[in-house]
Amino acid sequence: MKQAVVGAIALMASTVTVQAAETVPGDVDYGEYGEVQQSLTGAPGDSEAGREVVSNRALGNCVACHAAEALVDVPWHGEIGPVLDGAGSRWSEAELRGIVANAKMMFEGTMMPAFYKTEGFTRAGDAYTGDPAPEDLPPILTAQQVEDVVAYLMTLTDE
Amino acid sequence: MGISLRGTLGLASAVAALTLGTGTAIADEEAELVVNEEIEMVVRAEAPDHLADTLDTIYSGWVFRSDETQALQADDFDNPGFVFVDVAMDAWNAADGAAGKSCADCHNDPMDSMVGVRAVYPKWNDEAGELRTLEMQINACRTGQMEAEEWKYDGSDMVNMTALISVPSRGLPVNVAYDGPAQEYWEMGKELYYTRTGQLELACANCHEDHYGDMIRADHLSQGQINGFPVYRLKNAKLNSAHARFKGCIRDTRAHTYKPGSAEFVALELYVATRGNGLSVEAPSVRN
Repeated sequence: MKQAVVGAIALMASTVTVQAAETVPGDVDYGEYGEVQQSLTGAPGDSEAGREVVSNRALGNCVACHAAEALVDVPWHGEIGPVLDGAGSRWSEAELRGIVANAKMMFEGTMMPAFYKTEGFTRAGDAYTGDPAPEDLPPILTAQQVEDVVAYLMTLTDE
Repeated sequence: MGISLRGTLGLASAVAALTLGTGTAIADEEAELVVNEEIEMVVRAEAPDHLADTLDTIYSGWVFRSDETQALQADDFDNPGFVFVDVAMDAWNAADGAAGKSCADCHNDPMDSMVGVRAVYPKWNDEAGELRTLEMQINACRTGQMEAEEWKYDGSDMVNMTALISVPSRGLPVNVAYDGPAQEYWEMGKELYYTRTGQLELACANCHEDHYGDMIRADHLSQGQINGFPVYRLKNAKLNSAHARFKGCIRDTRAHTYKPGSAEFVALELYVATRGNGLSVEAPSVRN
């Protein structure tokens, strides 16, 4: 019993720590060119997890619009945005974080959706249901997923 | 923004499709559509005047589909949409409502009486003082002439009937008017076309004006023309109205959609229809 209580307190403490370090979408500090210097979680992302977010239709689905030779095992790459190969050489980590979180801060009018944004939409919906968005509309990707994608993109360097 | 496939990926896919004969999402974009070896469809046309600054050429969605899907529309015996046209023909001949009338009692054979109708809808109705889609006109007939219940706007009875009424207009150019009292609806529809909706913040124009011909994952983006509606979709094996398709597209922007039959979609249909003025009426067309 005592151990369980201690465990619960430890769990609560760790949850509080994570929340304190995580930047909510409305508080993201975009620089002059749309870059974001600080990690949204306060920690580096996991590039392996990021590769999954980039590839998975139900997560980031980045390949819907972006092709990448590095993702040749993933079927059906789109032709809408620039190829992802070399992104880690073309952009800094802060720039990639800004582009993933809200590319419109860097490229006005870009077609690219903002993956870490929760307000300012026209007729926001509840994911893909067609219903109105809930009051507490979550961003498309979590802070952790954004950081994971950034970490993965940083691995896509030119030879 | 051209229609030709661009980039190495598109080329690689095209080569793969040719080599393997898979014919997945890659279409023969130069192909011509002749239905039943008789009806010559205009699948490419000079853009209408109101689009002159935006597009040179308008393309039927048929152009963007795979060889196999294209072939299904070339013969009515292969076109699964005609199963539903036959169902609608039975409804056409059946009396319904308190007046005891069928469509046929006033309009006889739809293959004669309905020639040219699909091509000009949505259309302003002076008497009613409203812009009417074909669905609205059918329901006006049902309640006014037949004293029957309205059909659900995008229910199967309705979409099948719009397909039947479209058949005798196949091959005629879409010629939807947007002047006079229709103009304010047209402007509203245009506004909607360029409004970026939902959490993905995508407008019709992002995909269908700026990126037609490109792949978005496994989808080959078309110009979003509605000259082929209602369409038989392989995806759901039934006829689909333009409004149902609009709803699906807007839903996929992670948006709160509008309803089929809503004033917004009526206006959007008018505007999108006029973007296709000059293409042939194809309905019931076949798409993926």
